[in-house]
Parts: sequence; C-alpha cells; structure tokens
Amino acid sequence: MNFKPGDRVRADRRDPSHHSRVPRYVRGAVGTVVEQIGTHPLPYDPARREPVYTVRFDAEELFGTGTHRVTVDVWHSHLEQT
Amino acid sequence: MSHDDAPLAAQTRHVEALLESRGLLDGAELDRALEAFLAKASPANGARVAARAWVDEGFRSRLLEDANAAVEELGLSMGGGIQPQRLKVVANSETEHNVIVCTLCSCYPIALLGPSPTWYKSEAYRSRVVRDPRSVLADFGTTLPDDVRITVWDASSETRYMVLPRQPADAAEDELAAMVTRNGLIGTAVL
Repeated sequence: MNFKPGDRVRADRRDPSHHSRVPRYVRGAVGTVVEQIGTHPLPYDPARREPVYTVRFDAEELFGTGTHRVTVDVWHSHLEQT
Repeated sequence: MSHDDAPLAAQTRHVEALLESRGLLDGAELDRALEAFLAKASPANGARVAARAWVDEGFRSRLLEDANAAVEELGLSMGGGIQPQRLKVVANSETEHNVIVCTLCSCYPIALLGPSPTWYKSEAYRSRVVRDPRSVLADFGTTLPDDVRITVWDASSETRYMVLPRQPADAAEDELAAMVTRNGLIGTAVL
C-alpha cells in the first residue's frame, strides 16, 4: 500500500552493491512522508516503476545535532512504515 | 581531474561513437539539440518565474502547487532534456528558508537556472549543506536569524527543486526580475 503524507517511515538500512539513490546519511533514519511525487523507474531496474516519496528528516535524527530539516526523495521499496 | 578526463565522459564519448557508427545518431544533430537546450537554459528564466510569483498571487499559488504547469504560462518548460522533469518550487518566508542540493551527483533545474556553478557540484558543498546549512550559508555571506527554520532539499530522485526567495523590494515585475540572483534561487543567498 502507498504511504500517505504524515506517515512515519524508516529509510532502508541496507547497503546494496547497486545504485539505489538512497543517500547514505539517511539510511536507517526515521522521517515523515511529505507527499508522493509520482511513479518512476527504479534506478537499478528501469523496467520496474514504483511510487517515489519526498521524506522529511530532522537533522537531530540524521546527525544527532542541528535544528534544520532535510528532505530526500526515496523509492517505495526503500522505505518501511514504523 | 577535469570534466573531460572523467571516466564517465570517456564512457559517454564511447557510447556516442558507437551510436554514430551504427547510424543511430547524428553527432551534428546531437550538438544542435544540446546547444538549443542550453541556449534557452538561463537563470533569467528562474528570475522571471520568481518576479511573476511576487506580483501575481494567483500565479504564486499555482507555482507552489504545480510548478511544471505554472512555468509553462511564461513559455518555459522542464521538458527540454531527455525526459520531462518534475519541478518543485519551495518558497522562503519570514520563518522558513530553503536551500537545494544533490548529494548523490549534481541534479539541478538547468532549464530555469542554466548550467550549475562548479561549487554546487563540489563534494564540500554536497556533504556539508545537509549537515550544517547555517555554516555553508555563512560562507556565502548569508546569515539568517536563529528562529528561521532551514529545510535542505536533496534532489535524490526525479524531481528538480528551485527556491522562491522572499520579495526583495516593492517594484515593477521587470525590475524585480533584475534583482534575482542565481544563488537566491538555489537558496545560498537572500535577496
């Protein structure tokens, strides 16, 4: 099922050998879905399309410090509901 | 290493040569397409978009809701590249400041801002701005009040971001457009 705005999600912790476009600094971190931004081919499997979401993370969650926020666009299979 | 020596550049030249040798691609045609795309790609486009948003409340709402459709009202398009890209415009306010980056490579709204500055592609900018945007902004001479919340938008997928700065003055649309800087549209400067 697709995620909705406001859903709390955890970014994939795995470190794949291929190019997943999940930046290392958000791996395993919990953020909030801002919105779904369409459906796009997976970077490592272009024949498969998946929803992509903008996910917002607090700096504190990512780096243990800071008051800013960072948003990252992540494909569905690299997020799990918390 | 210069851009021309990068392994990716060599790979690209190799693929281009193969496509040409098999008659699938005409090098001159490719050059013309690239030139046409880049000729139309300039920060003046982003400046026009920002100025219109400041003088036209309706346009501003449409821009923040669906930027691809809104920029077409000004005769601009995100479809000049290989595939149309989704554009998201994020607006600064008294309490919110936005800045864009691509930590994985160098994604950038070329159609609206032209080719990106070298520093935008540097490892220093890409790694530092997500971790400590205030100190990066300070390096650009930009200091924000402590109560302004910063959001960094990492273009890690198919969306390209552009910042709508705060309106710098009360002036006519074309005068406002002339006040817009590229760094203002990236979010490393305020106007």
